[in-house]
Amino acid sequence: MMEYDNSANWSRRGVLAGIGAGVMLLAMPVRADDASVAQAISDTFGDTPRQDGKIALKLPPLAETGNTVPLTVTVDSPMSDTERVKRVVVFANRNPRPLIAAMMFGPKAATAEFSTNMRLSGTQDVIAMAELSDGTIWQAQVRVLVTVGACDSLQLRY
Amino acid sequence: MPNTRIRVPKTAKAGDAVEIRAIIQHPMENGFRLDSQGTAIPVEIITDFSCSYDGGQVFSVKLEPGLSANPYFSFFLKATTSGPVDFRWVDQDGTITTATEQLEVT
Repeated sequence: MMEYDNSANWSRRGVLAGIGAGVMLLAMPVRADDASVAQAISDTFGDTPRQDGKIALKLPPLAETGNTVPLTVTVDSPMSDTERVKRVVVFANRNPRPLIAAMMFGPKAATAEFSTNMRLSGTQDVIAMAELSDGTIWQAQVRVLVTVGACDSLQLRY
Repeated sequence: MPNTRIRVPKTAKAGDAVEIRAIIQHPMENGFRLDSQGTAIPVEIITDFSCSYDGGQVFSVKLEPGLSANPYFSFFLKATTSGPVDFRWVDQDGTITTATEQLEVT
């Protein structure tokens, strides 16, 4: 007969919880938290009050890889000489660097719309903020599920 | 000089919104990747992109490492007169890449 040594008394639940905690520790090297995205936003826009609306953020609800997530931002604005969008800034609240990019619309832009590809380190919220020529700031937020983040283990494949 | 690919329609009607697409081949190293020896690859990105036409700016971007490799942008230009549409990318070392396409406005 085989004798099992149960002196350590490792329960299945305990082992799994331990593995889970270890994986979580490994998986969070340099995550930015909400404080750092708040810092990035206040560095960009100061403490001007922000309102929800005017922006349509088009993102896939689920991204298989965080390396290229297509993003389309459309701001509701006539883009006339007096009423324009000056700039749109995109943030991701769980990226190691929350600031993604800042886009400026010049006098020759026909619509306040652009598309690009961004990196996401994991499932998180993408925030777009638009500054209009009258000084008001508008924002929109969309959650994206990311299967494999841009900073994760498959990085050497890309 | 990095490869660039640009799409500007050959012709447009005056007052039309014309879709412009521009892409540049660039790794946009974000500074978090490791090489085969396990040392971090330093950040190497394009920092500025701009498109100008008819003496004015159309669209410009301050890029960060959060954008994908081979950064791509599409946006809309208001066609006014025939002329060149100029594109300009600046990387972090100050290397400038330019490209031009002709737009015919009827």
